[in-house]
Amino acid sequence: MSVRTLVTGLGVVAPNGLGVERYWEAVLEGRSGIAPLTRFDVSAYPATLAGQIQDLLIEDHLPSRLLPQTDVSTRFALIAAEWALGDAKVDPSTMTDYGMGVVTANACGGFEFTHREFRKLWTQGSKSVSVYESFAWFYAVNTGQISIRHGMRGPSSALVAEQAGGLDAIGHARRTIRRGTPLMVTGGVDSAFDPWGWASQIAGGGVSRSTDPQGAYLPFDRAASGYVPGEGGALLVLEDAELAMARGLPEVYGEICGYASTFDPPPDSGRPPGLRRAAELALSDAGLAPDDVDVVFADAAGRPDLDRAEAEAIRGLFGAHGVPVTAPKTLTGRLYSGGGPLDVVTALRTLTEGVIPPTYGPSDVPREYGLDLVVDEPREGRPGTALILARGRWGFNAAVVVRRFTG
Amino acid sequence: MSKTISLDDLRDLLVQCAGEVTGVDLAGDIIDTDFEEIGYDSLALMETGARLEAVYGVVIPDDDIAELKTPRDLLDRVNQTLVEAS
Repeated sequence: MSVRTLVTGLGVVAPNGLGVERYWEAVLEGRSGIAPLTRFDVSAYPATLAGQIQDLLIEDHLPSRLLPQTDVSTRFALIAAEWALGDAKVDPSTMTDYGMGVVTANACGGFEFTHREFRKLWTQGSKSVSVYESFAWFYAVNTGQISIRHGMRGPSSALVAEQAGGLDAIGHARRTIRRGTPLMVTGGVDSAFDPWGWASQIAGGGVSRSTDPQGAYLPFDRAASGYVPGEGGALLVLEDAELAMARGLPEVYGEICGYASTFDPPPDSGRPPGLRRAAELALSDAGLAPDDVDVVFADAAGRPDLDRAEAEAIRGLFGAHGVPVTAPKTLTGRLYSGGGPLDVVTALRTLTEGVIPPTYGPSDVPREYGLDLVVDEPREGRPGTALILARGRWGFNAAVVVRRFTG
Repeated sequence: MSKTISLDDLRDLLVQCAGEVTGVDLAGDIIDTDFEEIGYDSLALMETGARLEAVYGVVIPDDDIAELKTPRDLLDRVNQTLVEAS
């Protein structure tokens, strides 16, 4: 009998809501975090819209000792992790340090911090560069800082797979629990809204150049023109079900019951992309059939060829109009490593609240996609199982299955 | 001119370079307390060393700074260098 993995704590730092309650309200009300980027002057750049986190006073949430050594993305990650642990009513200082681990995903690293230090390097010389640059840039830094801050010394790691990485982190955290670590903090957070980070995101080629906040990110729509980059993400507390029960846990959001990842074949191979296979493998891992899935949270790339490929994968697995599909991420933009974990949070709330949040924006979805895309209004229901999909640039695919916890 | 730096100057530098640890009273009697105890690790001291060089022109090699365990050790080293240079 394999160990069951429960989600017992959620921490959200999203462009449209700080904290899981505010975020969930925003998702149901259709409150968007997408607006012109204000962190620096973007007027000369071809793309100007972003899902930016506002009104978060870092100094209110983190000790000053952590400020000189952290990029903005790591600050968000530390805040989300603390919120998730608080939500799970876990006090790590009272628990066995080697029984708690951290797995985070990261796609951008500490861009803003590094950009600032590089500028100092070229203008003031190498001795002016912060010693903290040595790790503040690094993909594993969020895992490390969370681990140090909370004394979580169990198996820990970092995964990099662009937008798919956040689901991979959750999958790996579940694997770590099954191997005997009782509690894991997992998820992902990214941010790259400095001039260098912004230029590199635009250079990726997928960013929408629209200046209309409502029309810039329209996945599955005929008018899809790319995605809007966002910042932030989510961290979750996962626990071994039996041990969580033993500590008398307050609330369970659901169970992570399936996970798989695949890699796309080379573009000219003639073989199909790996997203559908990831979904099938995740369902098989969960011991479920497509019929058992009540809602799909789509990757929603926002580029017609990728939207079409995802629609084909979903239609192939569930049949035309076979399952409600949604992508509330049109309110936040794509969050890279934060995207999958935030979708998992949204899915878990969908299951506990009995309402599927819609995809705000798309209005003209090609019929041949065969998608039952939930649009405009939340859809009431009693979903028990959700499938979350994510794709990362250069061929990464990941799928997670969550279900309502019934004891 | 013989210029030396005080414990207050060092406190300011430490806070600028590496922030403050919650629960540590830097205004207290810390001159003989280990840096580790008041929350400053080797990286924090390297960063402080770089600032000492920029502000006061005092060069303390990274390997040496790791050997300076308390604010008094560091102040003595800095002030000795400043006096010798003047």
